[in-house]
Amino acid sequence: MNAMLNLYARRRVINAVGLSISVLAMLFGLFWLCWILWTLLDHGLSALTPVVFAQMTPPPGSAGGLLNAIAGSLMMTLVGTLIGTPIGILAGTYLAEFGQRGWMAPITRFINDVLLSAPSIVIGLFVYEVYVVKVKHFSGWAGALALSILVIPIVIRTTENMLRLVPSTLREAAAALGAPQWKVINFVTLRAARAGIITGVLLAVARISGETAPLLFTALNNQFWSSNMNQPMANLPVVIFQFAMSPYADWQNLAWAGALLITVSVLTLNVLARVLFRQSATTH
Amino acid sequence: MNIETIANPKIIIKDLNFYYGNYRALKDINLSIAEKMVTAFIGPSGCGKSTLLRTFNRMYQLYPQQKATGEIMLDGANILDSKQDLNMLRAKIGMVFQKPTPFPMSIYDNIAFGVKLYENLNKHDMEARVEWALKKAALWGEVKDKLKQSGTGLSGGQQQRLCIARAIAVKPQVLLLDEPTSALDPISTAHIEKLIDELKEDFTIVIVTHNMQQAARISDYTAYMYLGDLIELGETSTVFTNPKRKETEDYITGRFG
Repeated sequence: MNAMLNLYARRRVINAVGLSISVLAMLFGLFWLCWILWTLLDHGLSALTPVVFAQMTPPPGSAGGLLNAIAGSLMMTLVGTLIGTPIGILAGTYLAEFGQRGWMAPITRFINDVLLSAPSIVIGLFVYEVYVVKVKHFSGWAGALALSILVIPIVIRTTENMLRLVPSTLREAAAALGAPQWKVINFVTLRAARAGIITGVLLAVARISGETAPLLFTALNNQFWSSNMNQPMANLPVVIFQFAMSPYADWQNLAWAGALLITVSVLTLNVLARVLFRQSATTH
Repeated sequence: MNIETIANPKIIIKDLNFYYGNYRALKDINLSIAEKMVTAFIGPSGCGKSTLLRTFNRMYQLYPQQKATGEIMLDGANILDSKQDLNMLRAKIGMVFQKPTPFPMSIYDNIAFGVKLYENLNKHDMEARVEWALKKAALWGEVKDKLKQSGTGLSGGQQQRLCIARAIAVKPQVLLLDEPTSALDPISTAHIEKLIDELKEDFTIVIVTHNMQQAARISDYTAYMYLGDLIELGETSTVFTNPKRKETEDYITGRFG
């Protein structure tokens, strides 16, 4: 009896110690995150005035906003997503639905994993080498292309994972009705995985909307309004990079405003993705 | 009882062997399935009863490691023949699975999905077909006001009846039921058992079940399988009260399995 009580007391102590260490680790991580967010809000909110959305990036010493950078970022993110998403979904579908046999799928999966963890600056240099150097100027198209290369592996991975979560009995049920495989995939499995795949696309958009390195070598920057994708294009990450490093206080303020804008939009996308995914989890 | 003594066979199986890779899961199966009757396959887990059922619509073809040899004659043609059109075969032989498998679409579209594969019905005829199938599956009263709602929102028992409706909407001749009630509560189970009894007017039904009472309640013929062998096939009343083989008796009296 006493031995049992001792054992129980020991387990309680071990539990308390383990729990405390976990909570401390959590608080440690959360502390930095909150500090970062706090600093960002502190500097960003005061700089975030209506002018930011109304005027172009200024020369040092004069007033201005970030309109051209916001527009450029939106355009390149949109085009990058539009190029990357269909390729990613199709390739992910191939891996999940046809990748059971043969040598193509394992190799594709491996290369995709490499691409997924490749530093984005490498992607930027790649597009610089094969596109920017060939056409001899920086451009919005090059930026969008670099972003799309970042989108593809993320969408491939989530599409494959989400399709694999679809129970095989659902495929069997559709096949048992005599449906050919393309109908099974189009009307049943892809539809069942739809929310998860959209979540993946949203996460990919969130990922590319903060990328600086791939744009530095491709879209570069533009001090003026330009909606011509064939010209160098302003974008938030590169503007933040330039302005934050400058010695001018009003540029630094604009950089804070831009950083806040990106963070808020990435956060919103992430929350949206989570909500969507949770909804789909409860209906299945 | 052997193949010859079943009066009106719909399916005749001769020397059927089945392999998962190198593992032989069915061993020289010979049996007949009576037309417009309920035939139940019983036996302990892993005995091959589901495997046998899945050869009737060549479900195993989704998996490259699996193959079947021998003959399964349906209306005089061997369905294992590589020339057999798989989609046409599956139009004739419907299947319902252990877990309900509603497609992620509306109740109406769940039923229409299969019908559209084979028939080009106008809106009015399709509506009539959907209603017919749902009535056959004893689900119409519960869903007639929410046909546009998602099939995944129904209860488990309703989902399973939706799957039965979906299978019979194609107007198959044979209905394969793979443990259709094992995921359901007793009331839903009773619903489905009653339904099976009504459906055998129009369809030849083969059911795999873990539940021996269920086999005794609803089937006309019972086949007992063990380790890939067909041990005994006979009229259900005979198999349960006066089995010919010792193994069958041990199983149904609970001394084994």
